[in-house]
Amino acid sequence: MLSYLLLALLVLTIAAYYAGLAKARAFAAATGHHKSHHSLAGYHGAFVAAWAGIPSFLLVVLWLLFQGPVVDQLLIVSLPVERLQDLDAGQLNLLVSEIKSVAKGNIFGTPDEVVLAAAERYNSWNGIASWAMVASALSLTVVALFVARSMLAPRFRARNHVESITTVLMITCSLIAILTTVGIVTSLLYETMRFFSMVSPLEFFFGLNWEPQIAMRSDQVTAGGAFGAIPVYVGTLLIAVIAMLVATPIGLYSAIYLTEYASDGLRAVVKPLLEILAGIPTVVYGFFAVLTVAPAMREFGELLGFSIAPNSALAAGGVMGIMLIPFISSLSDDALNAVPQSLRDGSYGLGATKGETITRVLLPAALPGIMGGILLAVSRAIGETMIVVMAAGIIAALTLNPFEPVTTVTVQIVTLLIGDTEFDNPKTLAAFALGLVLFIATLVLNVIALTIVRRYREQYD
Amino acid sequence: MQQLPIGATKMLSTVKPLLAETAAETKITARGVSVFYGEKQALFDVDVDIPKNSVMAFIGPSGCGKSTFLRCINRMNDTIPIARTEGTITIDGRDIDDPELDVVELRARVGMVFQKPNPFPKSIYENVAYGPRIHGLANSKSELDGIVENSLRRAGLMKEVHDRMNEPGTGLSGGQQQRLCIARAIATSPDVMLMDEPCSALDPIATARVEELIDELRESLTIIIVTHSMQQAARVSQRTAFFHLGKLVEESETTTMFRNPSDQRTQDYITGRFG
Repeated sequence: MLSYLLLALLVLTIAAYYAGLAKARAFAAATGHHKSHHSLAGYHGAFVAAWAGIPSFLLVVLWLLFQGPVVDQLLIVSLPVERLQDLDAGQLNLLVSEIKSVAKGNIFGTPDEVVLAAAERYNSWNGIASWAMVASALSLTVVALFVARSMLAPRFRARNHVESITTVLMITCSLIAILTTVGIVTSLLYETMRFFSMVSPLEFFFGLNWEPQIAMRSDQVTAGGAFGAIPVYVGTLLIAVIAMLVATPIGLYSAIYLTEYASDGLRAVVKPLLEILAGIPTVVYGFFAVLTVAPAMREFGELLGFSIAPNSALAAGGVMGIMLIPFISSLSDDALNAVPQSLRDGSYGLGATKGETITRVLLPAALPGIMGGILLAVSRAIGETMIVVMAAGIIAALTLNPFEPVTTVTVQIVTLLIGDTEFDNPKTLAAFALGLVLFIATLVLNVIALTIVRRYREQYD
Repeated sequence: MQQLPIGATKMLSTVKPLLAETAAETKITARGVSVFYGEKQALFDVDVDIPKNSVMAFIGPSGCGKSTFLRCINRMNDTIPIARTEGTITIDGRDIDDPELDVVELRARVGMVFQKPNPFPKSIYENVAYGPRIHGLANSKSELDGIVENSLRRAGLMKEVHDRMNEPGTGLSGGQQQRLCIARAIATSPDVMLMDEPCSALDPIATARVEELIDELRESLTIIIVTHSMQQAARVSQRTAFFHLGKLVEESETTTMFRNPSDQRTQDYITGRFG
């Protein structure tokens, strides 16, 4: 029904556009010369269409938001008082859910009279509400169409009205993006606060022991649970550093080669090939790390006589570094290409070689862009999940040895939340605290990266 | 005689007698220079002698090959992959394509100033010190300081920048930037200076400063300037070469060129009939 309603609104909106257009053309034809009109006919049409479509669409959205809670309240009020006695909030919720599932036709066992009657009421109220929504939305559209159309006149400033409506629409779109971010951060903050009410922040931020297993039932025998996150962060940093040690030189040198040395034909082939790397799903990188790189490293280590763990930080970090190469090479390539040709000419004209020109003029000039690319890659590295879930360890060992397995923030969040979880114990809530710290870290890195890029960007032309 | 462009006649009256220059020795000799960009030939068989310690102006309509020829003299066309040069150019009798002569060495001796001021995004000091550093011309910091200060002084910029040597060169005004680029080119102590429309991005006052500077630098340098402004050619140069459709049409003393051109095309161009 909702889709038919939206379709009808769309049709009416289009009709409104043509109604406005027709009226504007009519008075244009009546006066003869278009100079006496303020706006083009299309703006008159758009003005009527906007007023016909937008308010009723908003009405439908609001209606859908509030219909559920309002009907629920009516339902609860309509239940017999004796049935509501002795019910706490949880049991009441259970009762309402039961009524709703009966109303949908999912009947388990034999529901009692009260529930059946309530389900019937629930269905009929929902039906009434839906029809009321259709009726009010359609009538609002039609009324708005005629009111807006009656406002049209040769000197009516339709263009200005349409432009301000467009502005409001654009502001709304950006607000939706911003508000979503705010919502995500708020929910993270809220759950983190709950975590810190159970586990001391001191332990979380400075503890050296991460063993988040806790007893789920009273008869279970496990460790008491330790939430010192330092080993997790050290592991994350270790893998990120290894990844950057792989990605930065390879990415930067390939960018320099592509912009300064490669012929146009070679560049046309190599650059897309390099960017294919960016299109490989991270889970495929994970396979590569687990099945190819890690065993190869282990065998190589055995050859040299020392042991490398099968899920070593080196394998995970190395493969993550390969994933980040196109990131760095593509951003550095853009930065180097943005350096104007006149600077290259100036340097060559003074007798500088290609190498001198690159190290003394091009790289310093492109440095902000390159730094920005590197920092963005770092924030990708610490937030990357799939490769480390597959290739890194789960046990949080506090070590800087790249041959040992380490775990990362993202791996821990995944393991904490896998399986049946209740969000009322520190084990699962710890995931939110880890997530919040991760979010803040990547946010800070991104802000620094963007500030560097903005502040030090040379203003050419 | 055809009417000269407005201003040019007045300018010519201020040009000093040039008897001394005409007898001067030749600095640069070009014989049969042709340039191809891919299949397209941009320059056809140019022969010209450029006298020492004078200013020669290259004039001609856009795309006539004057900048292309200028870029041959310090082999800047080498940086364009599709460009191919034929013929010989000698400086002081030495072939610039001589395999013994490194292009780095050549460009240190033949400075170049470009159409748009292109200071590096470095400090004023570092801009000027760039050439001496890459060619290892200074053995100590104080020696480098001396070269930088001397170059800035010769470019007439020292007074304006002496108290802000460490500020970025890109922060200067357009005219100052162009003089900074001239100082940067002087710093490798070249004996030839190529200028590719050095004033086309500058206002009239900055242009006048650069033209004065060119006249001063002529004492010690051989200068070749490409210009679109015939008045400028008349003001700064002793000899002028007119290029048209990739060919060198006419080359003579500037006064002769503007008062009494021998080729009809030159006459048409300088009287504003085309170009």
